[in-house]
Amino acid sequence: MLLFSLIFVPFVGSLVAALLPADARNREAWLAGGVTVYGLVVAASLYPEIAAGEILRHDLPWLPAQGLDFVLRVDGLAWVFTMLVLAIGFLVVLYARYYMSPSDPVPRFFSFLLAFMGSMLGVVLSGNLVQLVVFWELTSLTSFLLIAYWHHRADARRGARMAFTVTATGGLCLMAGVLVLGHIVGSYDLDVVLAAGDRIRAHDLYLVALVLIALGALTKSAQFPFHFWLPHAMAAPTPVSSYLHSATMVKAGVFLLVRLWPALSGTPEWSWIIGGAGVCTLLIGAFAAIFQHDLKGLLAYSTISHLGLITVLIGIGTPLAMVAAIFHILNHATFKASLFMAAGIIDHETGTRDMRVLRGLRHKLPITATLAIVAGAAMAGVPLLNGFLSKEMFFSEALLVGSDRNWWMSAAAVAMGIFSVAYSLRFIAIFFGPPATDLPRVPHEPPRWMRFPVELLVLACLVVGVVPAISIGPILDVAVHATLGASTPQYDLAPWHGFNLPLLMSVIALVGGVLFYVVLRNRFDLHARTRTPLIYRFNGAQAYETVMLRLTSGAEWLLRWLGTSRLQPQLLIMIIAMLGVPLLLAGVPTQWTTIPRQGTDPLFALVWVIGCVCAVAGAWMAKYHRLAALSLIGGTGIITAITFLWLSAPDLALTQLMVETVTTVLILLGLRWLPPRIEAKELETPSGVWLHRSRDMAVAVAGGLAMAALTYAVLIHPASDTISDFFLLRALSEGGGSNVVNVLLVDFRSFDTLGEVTVLSIVALTVYALLRRFRPAPESTGVPAQQGHSLDPASHQTPAEQANSGYLMVAGIYLRLLLPFLGVIAVYFFMRGHNLPGGGFVAGLIFAVAILVQYMLAGAVWVENHLRVRPHRWLAFGLVLACTTGLGAWLFEYPFLTTHTAHVTLPLLGDLHLPSAFVFDLGVFAAVVGTTMLILVALAHQSVRAHRLPSEEAPQDSRRPS
Amino acid sequence: MELVIAISVGIVFGAGVWLILRPRTFQLITGLMLMSYAVNLFIFAMGRLWVNQPPITPVAGIDPTQFADPLPQALVLTAIVIGFATTALYLVIMIGARGLTGSDHVDGEEPRE
Repeated sequence: MLLFSLIFVPFVGSLVAALLPADARNREAWLAGGVTVYGLVVAASLYPEIAAGEILRHDLPWLPAQGLDFVLRVDGLAWVFTMLVLAIGFLVVLYARYYMSPSDPVPRFFSFLLAFMGSMLGVVLSGNLVQLVVFWELTSLTSFLLIAYWHHRADARRGARMAFTVTATGGLCLMAGVLVLGHIVGSYDLDVVLAAGDRIRAHDLYLVALVLIALGALTKSAQFPFHFWLPHAMAAPTPVSSYLHSATMVKAGVFLLVRLWPALSGTPEWSWIIGGAGVCTLLIGAFAAIFQHDLKGLLAYSTISHLGLITVLIGIGTPLAMVAAIFHILNHATFKASLFMAAGIIDHETGTRDMRVLRGLRHKLPITATLAIVAGAAMAGVPLLNGFLSKEMFFSEALLVGSDRNWWMSAAAVAMGIFSVAYSLRFIAIFFGPPATDLPRVPHEPPRWMRFPVELLVLACLVVGVVPAISIGPILDVAVHATLGASTPQYDLAPWHGFNLPLLMSVIALVGGVLFYVVLRNRFDLHARTRTPLIYRFNGAQAYETVMLRLTSGAEWLLRWLGTSRLQPQLLIMIIAMLGVPLLLAGVPTQWTTIPRQGTDPLFALVWVIGCVCAVAGAWMAKYHRLAALSLIGGTGIITAITFLWLSAPDLALTQLMVETVTTVLILLGLRWLPPRIEAKELETPSGVWLHRSRDMAVAVAGGLAMAALTYAVLIHPASDTISDFFLLRALSEGGGSNVVNVLLVDFRSFDTLGEVTVLSIVALTVYALLRRFRPAPESTGVPAQQGHSLDPASHQTPAEQANSGYLMVAGIYLRLLLPFLGVIAVYFFMRGHNLPGGGFVAGLIFAVAILVQYMLAGAVWVENHLRVRPHRWLAFGLVLACTTGLGAWLFEYPFLTTHTAHVTLPLLGDLHLPSAFVFDLGVFAAVVGTTMLILVALAHQSVRAHRLPSEEAPQDSRRPS
Repeated sequence: MELVIAISVGIVFGAGVWLILRPRTFQLITGLMLMSYAVNLFIFAMGRLWVNQPPITPVAGIDPTQFADPLPQALVLTAIVIGFATTALYLVIMIGARGLTGSDHVDGEEPRE
């Protein structure tokens, strides 16, 4: 649990930090600092066990079905990295408290920073490779968020995108590599993988796994050719650069390589891929660093070069090289973090990071200057500082490569040494010379606690450089033992090894570096160069942009050629696919057994002749005469209802009939808002249109034929056994109703029905919401031409007047009388629903129609003055009733929506059976009434509203709401 | 009977397909209505055709082979009501789009020809 809290607490802290107010700078810093200190205390308390060589594990089930556990595993290497992440993290939090300006949104910064800390600890502590990849991607994500922290700046956005694209793509490669590795080993558990090194190297897929994992690691650690993202990531606030992009996140790549060293290394492929990338990176980074003008740019390229150095050591892969690699990871984190912080202080105090402007800073910033010079010397590899020790180890390993005949590795190492001395000098030069006068701000020493982290880190550089064996020795030993196990070599951490070749190389590097810098500065006008000589052509960032541009234009091209935003082609393709795909999938039918046909009733055939004529004529008229088309299609609907009745489905027939009525009214209300109808004679059809039409006609005929054939094929086939018999047999005995369809709806499948009424309510509310923002087309706002004619009695009467005293008086009296009758009919259909055709749906629709008739007769205004219909309440009441009925079953410890039938004997009414499904059906009834009323009334109100709105243009309209 | 139903479903469906391939929103909505009739009838027909045998069981202990299949009926009943809701939603989007875009073309703009 303690282990788990190491990862968990930073994420919780991140969440809390995000919720604090924007001006809580101190609270944020205290929170982040507290989280970090907690982590440090926990991690430090593990030291005795780790020092004894134990491996601590904590397993939690994660995806047991996939054989994946959430494993936290701490060995020496993980412990050292945990301490590194937390210790540097603490210093960065302290530094950031003073670095961030009060106008920056601090909660966001600390929240992201803590989330990154948690992710990084997750990478380090993962005992499962898949889990490691997840945290790996999380670090990419948090890095993206932190780089883009000042997202109003274009370079921040660009840098963040670039960093994320490169590292996340690498992460995907890593994922693939891990999967291959898991396939080889049969487990993702780190212990198992590390123990299976021989099996992995002998496997056919070894190279695939190696290349994919190397891609992940090299992109993350900014290795050639993926190094270009790191300089662009410098758009981040300096604490982020210091923490993520020098000390920790970019080390994740090399950490992974060290982690998997026992499993993957020891082959020529390993050396060539890892070592090769490392050598290129080391030289390019160091060389390019000399020619930067931006302080952080110089440090970024220097970081690239040092990461290259570590990668080369890992690529060499001998046990001593691994010792040097781990040692240099720690050393680099120390001096580079302090250098970034110093650069941040300079930026903060002077307002610029341009080395062409900065000079003579030691006068104004004496302490910072001293600190930065010491750290810079460590970076250059000056003796008695920590950078010297690990660089010395690197030189001696480089000498061993290629034995006595091949000296290229040594030459590269010395060249890199020369370059790094040169760029360190370039960095240090800003403190010397006459004080600059043209700085944007007059520099002062920073606040005490802002400089404190730098002081501490520089002190560490010195202590490690002078007495390595007693300061860093035990810690390094723990990490080395955990990585190398039995093959741990004898090594000697001492500043002085006597006169030997590596020392000579160091001297050459120091002297050569100074000379090189002086020559460059005096002869080649270093300050005026705008690009890195020789290698500026290998511009990774440019290549990246080009690739991105090609990808975008390629995607656009594909979209243009393969996609469309037009509906008709989409529907056409969909229909064609519906016709074609089943043909491809269907095999030859196994056997054709037919059942005897039902005798054809001529009347039924006649009914359908009418139905088909209605459908085809409706399709024809839909273009020219909407009202006619609607009536014709309604005709087909009525024929459908008749068919249901004929073929033993009375419930369906009732529902279809009522829905037909309501739908027709609904569309009639909508017709008013469509543009004027197209006159047939206006149409001149271009020849291309005929082609379209013939094609559509062919598709329509094919679709019709297919549907007819399929229906016929099914109908002449014997029915297979379904669960229908179950319903027929149990409806009365267990559901308590003889109308099986209704019992199905309100009892057996009541959960389905509950879902359905919920959908209905959602649709009704959506319609209502959409109509609130409805803006009709300008030409539809006035009174329709049909109503405007002066001979029409409707033209000078409101609908209510027409019904109460006008030409609709007779109809008015009849239709008002209809209301109670329809109400009674609705109750009747509802009550008998359980045993005979009827039920909540039908009754609800009948009741809604009863009220609609009143609306149609006298208009919305009059009805609403006399009858308070509140569709929202009906809706809410229905849903609540249906749900509570369902929940009621819980009181008796039955599952949701279990029905109970009570038998009550009442005087006068006699024996009644009252199933709880009845109450549920009442809920359905109310919801259906609410839905129908809400939709239709909302639509009807548009006419009233539209007349009212443009009252200035058409004052006569306000008189007559329809 | 089977043939009549099959042919009718085919014709109604074909008319619906023709309509949904047309460019005007009103044609689309009518097409969808016709298609939903056809599809409802098709699903209903999955229970085979029964004349005068509605699934209403007056007494317990009946012979289930003597009654129409209630399952497709229940499904189609649901489908009819949901179809109404879909039509309503489509209609509101149709008139809303017409108000917003000034066109009743299904793409919200008149084709450039």
